[in-house]
Amino acid sequence: MTGRLNDALRRVPVWPLYIAGAVPPLWWLWLGLTGGLGVEPIEALEHRLGELALQVLIAGLCVTPLRRHLGVNLIRFRRALGILAFSYVLLHLLVWLALDVQIPAQIWADIAKRPYITVGMAGFVLLLPLVATSNDRAVRWLGPRWRRLHRLTYLAVLLGAIHYVMLAKGFQIEPLLYLGGIVVLLALRLPVRRRLLPA
Amino acid sequence: MARRWTSDLSPRDVTPERAFLNRRQILGGLAAAGAVTLSSPRARAQEALEPNSWEEITSYNNFYEFGTGKDDPARYAGQMATSPWTVAINGLVDRPGEYAFKDIMARMEIEERIYRFRCVEAWSMVVPWTGFELADLLDMAGIQERATHVAFETLLRPEEMPGVARPVLDWPYVEGLRLDEAMHPLTLMATGIYGRDIPNQNGAPLRLVVPWKYGFKSIKSVVRITLTDSEPPTSWNVANSREYGFYSNVNPDVDHPRWSQATEREIGGGLFSPRKPTLMFNGYEDEVASLYEGMDLSVHF
Repeated sequence: MTGRLNDALRRVPVWPLYIAGAVPPLWWLWLGLTGGLGVEPIEALEHRLGELALQVLIAGLCVTPLRRHLGVNLIRFRRALGILAFSYVLLHLLVWLALDVQIPAQIWADIAKRPYITVGMAGFVLLLPLVATSNDRAVRWLGPRWRRLHRLTYLAVLLGAIHYVMLAKGFQIEPLLYLGGIVVLLALRLPVRRRLLPA
Repeated sequence: MARRWTSDLSPRDVTPERAFLNRRQILGGLAAAGAVTLSSPRARAQEALEPNSWEEITSYNNFYEFGTGKDDPARYAGQMATSPWTVAINGLVDRPGEYAFKDIMARMEIEERIYRFRCVEAWSMVVPWTGFELADLLDMAGIQERATHVAFETLLRPEEMPGVARPVLDWPYVEGLRLDEAMHPLTLMATGIYGRDIPNQNGAPLRLVVPWKYGFKSIKSVVRITLTDSEPPTSWNVANSREYGFYSNVNPDVDHPRWSQATEREIGGGLFSPRKPTLMFNGYEDEVASLYEGMDLSVHF
């Protein structure tokens, strides 16, 4: 069953994922310019991009557990998920810089003074070496070190979710669900778990 | 007590949106021709206030009883039954009781107030409210000597309010003012916007408007007003006292712990809307600064 599924997945090309991934930001930008994002389009665009980035990062975290526990192999798509997620984080950051805060002096003050922004920025910075080494040449060059380096994803995603939890007003359940999901996906990777689970 | 504060440019009680726009154009034209000289700096400040559109004012709201999304109130608040409506006025008053909204309306003088509205989230609007001074309502109930504060409570009706199923805040929503703040001529009980009945998402049928404080102080859909002799609890302060003080006066120099309050974005400017500096007491410094004389506003934030 999973064998047939994996065979079918092997025949699915990866490139359409990049095309599909470009659609939401472009569509939202169009909506934002034409009034489709409501009367405060900057906040809407910023939040949608941030949330999409988290969702795609979570999708990337699902690849390994799906293969290990259900035998479904999506590893071919993982790089695209990572690059798309990074692109969304970058756009989210650019919207914040250029459209939301706007004032350079305030940007630096915010990064230093506002913990939720510090945390979000830290997550973004951690993604930089990962996107820089997401090509085949870097994978070959780094060898086994590539896997160790890319474990930074775990911390980056966690920081992204904490960033979301920290900016909620009042007690809100949605950011906590993201954080909870991420913690579960990370816990599935703990070596202890691996030994406890049947091979 | 009514009409203690007037903006020189709202001579009529009720102005439809189109007339608002026309009047601005006419005044603009006259001013350009030198035919109109505005009398005072305050009048000029009012002149500069350009109300947001009905659409903007009624589609972007924080009313967590209907959900935490900005469009949730416009989507779900329609279920809230606002007629009949009574306001319980009790505590340290001579004539406590359940006051029917329509009886209140019959006794109050309705006037128009174009106010800046500054949310604690650093966005702002200009809203052409209609309503009456809170002072008149409190006088109607008779304020007793011992009263020092006023507590307010929002309707709590879970079957009509999907948001209260979640413990975002400790429901019902409560707010409070010091008595002198409550009696200030700027402090309004709004019952309309652009001369129309106030829509549910904006706090029908009557809500507080304290224009020099962050928006969350201006409690919506009020069902209870209690005169007290001590500072009453307020919902956001109870939820997070480090971030939300009892006073919550608009103050560009006192940041929210998580974001700057120095600037704000006016709703309606689109994707490239610039930030503008936030004004002390939201631009009502001349009118209200004396209320806080001698107080350290970074302590009593």
